Amino acid sequence: MPKGTVLVDEERCKGCGLCIAACPQKVLGFSGRLNRSGYDVACMERPESCLGCAFCALTCPDVAIEVYREKVAS
Amino acid sequence: MAKRVLMRGNEVIAEAAIRAGCQCYFAYPITPQAELLEHMARNMPRLGRTFVQAESEVAAISMVHGASAAGVRTMTSSSSPGISLKMEGISYLAGSSLPAVIVNVVRGGPGLGNIAPAQCDYFQATKGGGHGDYHMIVLAPSTVPEAGELTMLAFELADRYRTPVMILADGMLGQMMEPVLLPDPVDPAALPAKPWAATGAKGREPNIILSFDLDPEGLRRMNLELQARYRTIREKEVRHEETETEDAEIVIAAHGTVARIAKSVVRMARAEGIRLGLFRPITVWPFPYEPLRALSSRVETVLTVEMSAGQMWEDVRLAVAERAKTPFYGELGGVVPTPKGILREVKRHVG
Amino acid sequence: MSVSVERMVKVFERPRSLTGAHSTYCPGCHHGILTRIIGQTIDDLGIVERTVGIAPVGCAVFAYRWYRCDALQVAHGRASAVATGVKRARPDLVVFAYQGDGDFASIGTAESIHAANRGENITVIFVNNQVYGMTGGEMAPTTLVGQKTTTTPDGRDPALFGYPIRFSEMIAQLEAPVYVTRQALFDTKRIQETTKAIRKAFTNQVERKGYSLVEVLATCPTNWHMKPVEANRHVAEVVTKVFPLGDLVNRG
Repeated sequence: MPKGTVLVDEERCKGCGLCIAACPQKVLGFSGRLNRSGYDVACMERPESCLGCAFCALTCPDVAIEVYREKVAS
Repeated sequence: MAKRVLMRGNEVIAEAAIRAGCQCYFAYPITPQAELLEHMARNMPRLGRTFVQAESEVAAISMVHGASAAGVRTMTSSSSPGISLKMEGISYLAGSSLPAVIVNVVRGGPGLGNIAPAQCDYFQATKGGGHGDYHMIVLAPSTVPEAGELTMLAFELADRYRTPVMILADGMLGQMMEPVLLPDPVDPAALPAKPWAATGAKGREPNIILSFDLDPEGLRRMNLELQARYRTIREKEVRHEETETEDAEIVIAAHGTVARIAKSVVRMARAEGIRLGLFRPITVWPFPYEPLRALSSRVETVLTVEMSAGQMWEDVRLAVAERAKTPFYGELGGVVPTPKGILREVKRHVG
Repeated sequence: MSVSVERMVKVFERPRSLTGAHSTYCPGCHHGILTRIIGQTIDDLGIVERTVGIAPVGCAVFAYRWYRCDALQVAHGRASAVATGVKRARPDLVVFAYQGDGDFASIGTAESIHAANRGENITVIFVNNQVYGMTGGEMAPTTLVGQKTTTTPDGRDPALFGYPIRFSEMIAQLEAPVYVTRQALFDTKRIQETTKAIRKAFTNQVERKGYSLVEVLATCPTNWHMKPVEANRHVAEVVTKVFPLGDLVNRG
């Protein structure tokens, strides 16, 4: 299974938690870090489980998430 | 060589709009301007231009908003109750700095009123009407040929100052037939470009057309910019006509249809030895305060005659102040003053 | 453990048709998801240089800020009429009106229905979150029976305020529209369905097919007094019972 990862733009994140709920692998969680607007931003709690499915990014209302996936040898 | 044709005022306004390069016309039927709408319905589609009979006056002016934002010459027309509905859109046009031509073939009011000619929408046209600190240029033709000329001018001024411009006509002017020499058509391709328009952000930053700024400082700047433009319009675009005022002891101040009637009153009075003149604002906004002020220091009386309870009269009194007497004669409810009736009023104030 | 992105390919990024502006919507509000979907669609169709967006009055009043295309902000309820004007003036532009339930289905009722009835070749996005968000959570035309809002403090009573209006069903009765659909955003499956619907609604316009309407059931966690995840569940379990999902007209 190829691995994935996500980058959260912490200043865009409003801590709504929709990405956390959308992740089928339970990768994401609240970081406990507040951004400049005072929101508890999302982070990868279990990065090793990320498959790069992008469900988190699809559901993020603030377009704060970029998703990467391992290159698969062809 | 162009030849004179006999046409109704409403049709002349419509035809002049076409010749001014109006690409999109949107309106809702109402008497007494239906012929204008019908002329556009017959002619715009065959020219490859847009005619839409809108579901309401509100929709029609909103379509004008869209077409104007897209950078084309556009117009709507209506009569008093319909113009009230358009006021929302007119305020948005003014706030968004969008050019447009709006024709009001005024009828008796308030409410449903009647379909007879009136001038009772002067306040609405010249003092705002919609919400906010705005003005529109208001042109008041007094003959059918002039209605055509001023319609051409309205499109030019609208584009030049990025502002709505109103043609303030009335039911009599709309319905009357007169011989007119139609103006030569403008080539729409030769008109100045509108780099601000929403035409697709190709090779440039997006054009965003707004009438709002939640930041008071920002909205203040927007308003100051509008006011600066209004100052320029006041300086450059005041138009009026004087008839036999050189030696006058009394002048009639009147616009539109009443001014036309007053012209014959001038002849009648002169025949009786009364030195009567006529002061006719062509732009009722901006009102010709300065010319009237100058004239008022040479005459004893400025008699305002209107088909209203005295709306333009307020501007006349602002211009004249205490330099001359400022009586008023008005007819209401769609009653048109007669030359004899006006002459009788003139005589009450001379000698 | 952390994964270096250097050996990886980017599979999801911000659509190029979106500006970098941070959204003004509340946390968890679906407007943001829809904005991203529209931006993605404009990217995919390669139309950003000929698209004009019409922003409404309401929470989406700033919609002109999110896209790298020309845009207007217009009077409350009139977006479909203004879109008509833009499109008639320049038929080569791609024009979309973005309207909330108050804008589209209350104060703009006449403009909304008649633009659809004329079959204007425009794309209308109708965001139905059953509440007036911007003004403080008042009743919308789509507010559910019994739903508490700041103007129905005891819940919407049909005897006084009528029923939630199924506006898309009304539009679907007309002959002209080519595509009328109701979608939602409460899970990734619906988000993907909505993405397809939005793409179809824009493609119809590009192909000059005519009027397309995409109603999107959205959340308003702030004025529903729910957490975003709870609001999603509310749409799935309650709102879709009143506003069923799916295509109402598909003549494309």
